[in-house]
Amino acid sequence: MKHIHVNEEYCIGCRLCEINCMVQHSQSKKIIKAFREEAPRAMARLLVEEEGPLSFAMQCRHCEDAQCVQACMTGAMHRDEATGAILCDEDRCVGCWMCVMVCPFGAIQRNLVGNKAASKCDFCYTEKTPACVAHCPNGALTLVEEEASHAKSPSR
Amino acid sequence: MLTPEFRVERDRERCIACQVCVRQCANDVHVYDTDDDWVSSDEAACVGCHRCMTLCPTHALTIRRTPRDFRANANWSADRINGIYKQAETGGILLTGMGCDQPYPIYFDHLLLNASQVTNPSIDPLREPMELRTYIGRKPDRVEVTLGANGVELQTQIGPQLKLETPIMFSAMSYGSISYNACQSLARAAEASGILYNTGEGGLHPSLYQYGPYTIAQVASGRFGVHSEYLKTAAALEIKIGQGAKPGIGGHLPGEKVTAEISATRMIPEGTDALSPAPHHDIYSIEDLRQLIFALKEATDYQKPVGVKVAAVHHIVPIASGIARAGADYIAVDGLRGGTGAAPTVIRNNVGIPIELAIAAIDSRLREEGIRNQISLIAAGSIRNSGDVVKIIALGADAVYIGTAALVALGCHLCQKCYTGKCNWGIATQDPYLTKRLNPNLGYLRLNNLIRAWSMEIKEMLGGMGINAIESLRGNRDHLRGVGLNATELDALGVKVAGWA
Repeated sequence: MKHIHVNEEYCIGCRLCEINCMVQHSQSKKIIKAFREEAPRAMARLLVEEEGPLSFAMQCRHCEDAQCVQACMTGAMHRDEATGAILCDEDRCVGCWMCVMVCPFGAIQRNLVGNKAASKCDFCYTEKTPACVAHCPNGALTLVEEEASHAKSPSR
Repeated sequence: MLTPEFRVERDRERCIACQVCVRQCANDVHVYDTDDDWVSSDEAACVGCHRCMTLCPTHALTIRRTPRDFRANANWSADRINGIYKQAETGGILLTGMGCDQPYPIYFDHLLLNASQVTNPSIDPLREPMELRTYIGRKPDRVEVTLGANGVELQTQIGPQLKLETPIMFSAMSYGSISYNACQSLARAAEASGILYNTGEGGLHPSLYQYGPYTIAQVASGRFGVHSEYLKTAAALEIKIGQGAKPGIGGHLPGEKVTAEISATRMIPEGTDALSPAPHHDIYSIEDLRQLIFALKEATDYQKPVGVKVAAVHHIVPIASGIARAGADYIAVDGLRGGTGAAPTVIRNNVGIPIELAIAAIDSRLREEGIRNQISLIAAGSIRNSGDVVKIIALGADAVYIGTAALVALGCHLCQKCYTGKCNWGIATQDPYLTKRLNPNLGYLRLNNLIRAWSMEIKEMLGGMGINAIESLRGNRDHLRGVGLNATELDALGVKVAGWA
């Protein structure tokens, strides 16, 4: 499947990925409305980690042996057969946060203001290119076709 | 007494307080207030680089020049008044970056190109071959061939030549004055485009040795980073005497830019100022220059062309003739508007002559003296588009160097603050927060695109003139006509007035 490749060498910490991820997951998908009018404000599904000049965007790696899927007691966290992406069925999520605990990348967040479900990268499954990749101004996020075995969680 | 040069206009209906501007400004112009979720701006430090404006996701920002309408005075412009305010405060020399921005005549904009109509056919470069390949180096006075079993065989031994797929090269910009990522972008683009880039006087980082066949290694007055490996790796060597932005002036890379990598590349202690003397202390005459040219040729087994770069100054014509006779394979002439990372403003704005006049005069003189074939002529100093390339080649140049245009392709917005080390575009800086803003994987593609686009345009212009090789345009001033120039200027350029057949 396709993966979002993160190159920290060229991440400039502008957080346009976060901003556009949030817009993509808002109700209106319009940037000004999403920030200024929608309440509660949508959550960005990725986070930019920063320390000194080093920064990079961290979003779900859609692991081959996804521990969040194994840990999910309701089956909300599942692999989408068509795309191979790990998705969270928010109707089934009960907010036990086991996925948050087991994710080796810290890529799953608790959405406490909405329907109290786990919030994670859905690979922008309705779009051709994920919003973070499309809006990265410096090519630090790129979409690459990789062997599925490449994305293993490190604990295995 | 100084007021902000620019105003940041923030459209409050559009600003979403996302803080991209805050994070992108190295001058800390934008400030986010967490209590109010509000971004405000203090323009005092704004340099007008447009980084924030370009990256703002809602296009909420507009950067404008602050209207500072002193009482109308044709003699005392705001720039001159503000310059005095700054100097009265600091007691220092005013510094600037990039090329001369003063309204001297730009001769390129007074020259027009010819095209074929009726009496001679124009050529469509999309259907017929068009030759832009250019060889830089000394050409023999005559060529002898014999007809052998394998057809025509060249008997004359021809000296080392540089092969360019298009008559454009990247001007000397040192690692130090620009970032490593900028150097890498230039090197990779030179390789991809089949042209050459120039190391400037900053030495060559070991990781760029792989682009050696596309590298011109400069030997300047500071001799930074010059060693035998450096000379042997490059395709050609260039003795830098002067630079268009600051003829007669040396260089000064401040110690804070001399990082561990730059210190190793330049072979100087980390954190020390890199001072390039104004003259080469071993070159006080053409004879001395000849010694260095041949020392470099000797060091590289006469395998590589050795060129000399000089600024276009009043006596450039006899100087160029002397350089040809001193044995150089090419001469690069950098005109009045040539760029720099740092120069005294008064020097940049007042010293030198326009490249168009310099090239026309040098080409004419070298032809008169019958030595034009002995040396290639490279024009530098604000070649802004492919039209300028064609015009300067018609005036007599063999190829051009582009510096500013290449940096603009990499994102430069000509804010002229290269000397501060705070380039928000990641070009003229060594700050690790800023250098990563230039991704060489994208940068080299942008440069490659620029060279490709200009080359296609040059072919279109040549085709229009009915010429199918750049060689046929060189010094062919019959394809130029002047507009808005006086008789002396037309004479100096060797160009007829528009309307004359």
